Amino acid sequence: MKLLTHNMLTSHVKGVTKGYPLLIKATEVKVNEVDFNPQFISRMIPKIEWSALIQAAEGLGHLQDLPSAVAPDFESNEDFLRKVHRALLEVEVIEGCLQCPESGREFPISRGIPNMLLNEDES
Amino acid sequence: MKLKELESCLQQVDVFEEPKLLLEQYPTSPHIAGCMLYTIHNTFDDIKGKLVADLGCGCGVLSIGAAVLDAGLCVGFEIDEDAIDVFKGNVEEFELPNIDVVQCDVCSLGTLSLAKKFDTVIMNPPFGTKHNQGIDMTFLKTAISMAKTAVYSLHKTSTREHIQKKANDWNVKMEVIAELRYDLPASYKFHKKKSVDIQVDFIRFSIK
Repeated sequence: MKLLTHNMLTSHVKGVTKGYPLLIKATEVKVNEVDFNPQFISRMIPKIEWSALIQAAEGLGHLQDLPSAVAPDFESNEDFLRKVHRALLEVEVIEGCLQCPESGREFPISRGIPNMLLNEDES
Repeated sequence: MKLKELESCLQQVDVFEEPKLLLEQYPTSPHIAGCMLYTIHNTFDDIKGKLVADLGCGCGVLSIGAAVLDAGLCVGFEIDEDAIDVFKGNVEEFELPNIDVVQCDVCSLGTLSLAKKFDTVIMNPPFGTKHNQGIDMTFLKTAISMAKTAVYSLHKTSTREHIQKKANDWNVKMEVIAELRYDLPASYKFHKKKSVDIQVDFIRFSIK
């Protein structure tokens, strides 16, 4: 599970009003090389929840030197874009779970795939 | 990449080992997947460098194709563990780093608030023929909410008018790009004929 994907996921357990961001508890993390596309990263930056990305990267020990706020000239800042690219696309959680911040419910991640399926009584 | 090359490539994608009847699991043929993706990419430029979602991705032929065509990231959404296993195997075989998969129920995705997060949504949804009538429209409604630019989907030609009405209600523009014959070979024991042709519309919905 990449952090770009994680950035979009929320907990939808019945009764939960703010199931975001999901807390990542990882037991296995990998870093894979992905081709760098600066335009793609540039376009993704305004769409994502920046603080959730920072929190997630930090929790995984992969914050590196990603700043806590987006640089205003980010579109032309290749150095910054490369750092964001690494965090969003190259860091992958292989095993672990995602925890709903409100209900505490854990969604398992195995082989890099989060399982967001709810039981009947939770939906 | 030429269409023939893309199709050839997609022929390497493994399909369902034991398709589940109630989930309407049929693999999207490499030919149809190739044609769809080729059009989405060449005519509309909705894949390369884009954030793409594949709803009901199954074994992943559409996602693999999108990744091969350089999607920024393609995220598959699938409910079935076994299909996901095959998908994972395919991703590993193809060594594609720009694919992710989420296991979930697309019919409950609406609550995950993915509104307009994806540039493009592509799908070959279940048609609603197995005690799940209306599921094609649920998939479509969800897809439309998730997409910023366009949704590409396959639907039975017989439902075209109904879908047009819904598209109007939802304030999206609908364009039938092609009519395809979806050839479903006998994949379940109860199928008496060797294969059956279903007329299917390949539709583009553009989000205003």
